[in-house]
Amino acid sequence: MEHPHYGFWLPPNISTNGAEIDNLISVLHWFMAVLFVGWAVYLVYCLVRFRERPGHEADISGSAHFSLPKYVEIGIIIFEAISLIFFSFPIWSKVKKDFPNEAEALVVRVTAEQFAWTVHYAGKDGKFGQLKIELIDGTNPVGLDREDPNGKDDILSPNTLNIPVNKPIIAKLASKDVIHNFFLPVMRVKQDIIPGMTVPVWFQATQTGKFEIGCAQLCGVGHTQMRGFFNVMSQEEFEAWYQEEEKSLLASSTEPISGKTLKIAKIQTIKESK
Amino acid sequence: MSQDTHNHSHGHDHSHSVGHELPFWRKYIFSTDHKVIGLQYGITAVFFLLFGFGLMLLMRWQLAFPKQAIPLIGKLFTEDGVLSPELYNQFGAMHGTIMVFLGVVPLGVGAFGNYLLPLQVGAQDMAFPKLNLLSYWVYFIGGVIMLASFFSPNGAAASGWTSYPPLSVVADNGQTFWLIGMVFLITSSLLGSVNTIVTAIQLRVKGLSFMRWPVLVWAQVVTAFLLLLAFPPLEAAGVLQLMDRLAGTSFFLPSGLVVSGEALKVSGGGNPILWQHLFWFLAHPEVYVLILPAVGIVGEIIAVNTKKPLYGYKTLIYSIIFLGFMSFIVWAHHMFMTGMGVTMSTFFQATTMIISVPSIIILTTYLLTLWGSSIRYTVPMLFAIAFLPMFAIGGLTGLPLGLTASDIHLHDTYYVIGHFHYVVAPGSLFALMAGVYHWYPKITGRFMSDTLGKIHFWLSVVAINGVFMPMFFMGMAGVSRRLYDQTIYAHGAAAQPLNVFMSYCAWALAVAQLPFLYNMATSWKWGKKIESNNPWGGTTLEWATASPPPHENFTTPVEVFRGPYEYSSNKKPLPQFVQEA
Repeated sequence: MEHPHYGFWLPPNISTNGAEIDNLISVLHWFMAVLFVGWAVYLVYCLVRFRERPGHEADISGSAHFSLPKYVEIGIIIFEAISLIFFSFPIWSKVKKDFPNEAEALVVRVTAEQFAWTVHYAGKDGKFGQLKIELIDGTNPVGLDREDPNGKDDILSPNTLNIPVNKPIIAKLASKDVIHNFFLPVMRVKQDIIPGMTVPVWFQATQTGKFEIGCAQLCGVGHTQMRGFFNVMSQEEFEAWYQEEEKSLLASSTEPISGKTLKIAKIQTIKESK
Repeated sequence: MSQDTHNHSHGHDHSHSVGHELPFWRKYIFSTDHKVIGLQYGITAVFFLLFGFGLMLLMRWQLAFPKQAIPLIGKLFTEDGVLSPELYNQFGAMHGTIMVFLGVVPLGVGAFGNYLLPLQVGAQDMAFPKLNLLSYWVYFIGGVIMLASFFSPNGAAASGWTSYPPLSVVADNGQTFWLIGMVFLITSSLLGSVNTIVTAIQLRVKGLSFMRWPVLVWAQVVTAFLLLLAFPPLEAAGVLQLMDRLAGTSFFLPSGLVVSGEALKVSGGGNPILWQHLFWFLAHPEVYVLILPAVGIVGEIIAVNTKKPLYGYKTLIYSIIFLGFMSFIVWAHHMFMTGMGVTMSTFFQATTMIISVPSIIILTTYLLTLWGSSIRYTVPMLFAIAFLPMFAIGGLTGLPLGLTASDIHLHDTYYVIGHFHYVVAPGSLFALMAGVYHWYPKITGRFMSDTLGKIHFWLSVVAINGVFMPMFFMGMAGVSRRLYDQTIYAHGAAAQPLNVFMSYCAWALAVAQLPFLYNMATSWKWGKKIESNNPWGGTTLEWATASPPPHENFTTPVEVFRGPYEYSSNKKPLPQFVQEA
């Protein structure tokens, strides 16, 4: 197992989008450091030079005028405008709008719930089966309809997102209950998952390795435990894993589908049942 | 209590009560004197600040030493002495709620605003003394409800101080207490804000034009407008969430939720994002409600202790007003990760960058005031000076959070916590402490101990940076906020040593407050007496009267002749209220 190096600064980046984000973070921090050190030097100088002492009096004429602060202020505005126009807007647009073509990408559905993830792969046909709320139970956490022809070959991967390296991934995020946040630290991916909506994210890994999925939005008592696994594999490894999953699916599909219907609860009873 | 206020409103003729003895409960409990109400606010707010801080001190044990029993007092909370995740979430939610709504705002606005604003505009009292009385007691009830929620069967609210639905709607009963408590707190702020605005504008003495207002008056008035305009949406939202919880509505709940393996029977069709918009429409201006009174206090203290006029007074005031306006159109920068598209994020990033401009101007005017001054290092001045770099760090670290691209990695991490705590803790709270030291002689006629004050200052300034500075590194490392035990994650475990360090610093910070509390309590009776009514050489109206000021403030008529921070040619302060140079 490869151990990525984590420390007191940014985690390793293995995303095609990550370098630009990291770059912006670092530019901003250099800017902040310069500004802060400038202010601090000025402040300390004033505190020493203009301390109250015998023989020293304040200049109350009010005639002192400073042009430097004006230029500093203008400089800050220009810097902020550049950060917006040349960094933040284009990066955001690339990450949030310029999605890769679905035909060339691997599309997965990621469903969050208290306190677990389910990753849903479309299978060979590339089509996701229907989800039906009444089919949700312990073994079928997303309510996948196996009788739907599109759903027969779908794969559900509990708490684990396996992806091939160097291939664009589109993850369609949904939540069953409360707001969660799909956070892949090494991919610089972070996206709230709002119940009632499906929000897509895309990313592409540049290295293989074993990493983690975090939930970055408080989702209840088990929030901390909502850790998933995120494995970036070589194309061959990924295909091998996929075939293995398909085989075990075939083996289990002879079992009858449970006709259990979902219990319906009012808000009050949910609270009591906890 | 309602009976008492009822009697009170009939039995009290405000303008003729000087000199005649009121019974204790009317003088100190249900008083309409703005100074007594200000002190009531102050004492209550300090209690809540300590309480909210205490919650964090307990959480800090769990963060530093996950799942180890809290020594000595752990058994009070759970059977095995380990802070449970349930309690952790409750303490976290209540820490935020208490510090913001029951601590810093009541201290900055309720206490300092109430005590100083009428004095600084030369008024005998607030415009509506009974409304003032009501606003304190409504706040008090709100606080009692919040405290009571800890004793409800499943404890207090546990969905964060932001209370995002659906989590908050399916949460335990503590959330109901939270919502009802919030309705009281918001109502109290609304009553107070109306009073502040009317008092400042209508009860100004002769000669006190707007551009002669001390910076603290300006700060309080802009703050009051923020409260008045931003709080009602949250009050409405709070009631809607209450309906979602109790009456089967679903303003914030979409259809088809499945919670704990059971389908939720709600009418559906709502949207959780709606709550976030309503909440942050309040809560972003709220940030400026936390910081503006502090900015005003620091301005007063710097003006007095540099012994020269404040640099760029008009620029400063226009910046404060502009900041107030802008604070209404940046709120969605708290929501960049909700799935916001390009158009909306462009707007909110741009406004967020723009709002940094007035903040930097405010900081710059204070820094430039120091040039050519003669700095008298009183304890309040030490805190006021420390405010400047601390506020600068808080402001600067807002930059990578305000740009969506860098926010992707930093959103909802410890970086955010570090950012806003730098603004509110070594920022606002330092300024408020400065204010306590500075106006203590005004309030009591006695000084607080200088030695204890300096011990308090130096310990606090070191410890507080030890608490919040590492948070930026932890956030960089990707550690999310609100985690009960971050060591579960590989990157969290790597950053864990920072957590241990921060916890020790937090406990040291708590110890550092002991000399302050002792000083505050004992100086009241045993502090060094002031020799004149204006011990610091202040130029604003609150120093025109006795210290402490009598009931109705001014025994002789006052008039204002000049701007708030002027000096005579022989370098002596030239108070606003003195006619001849």
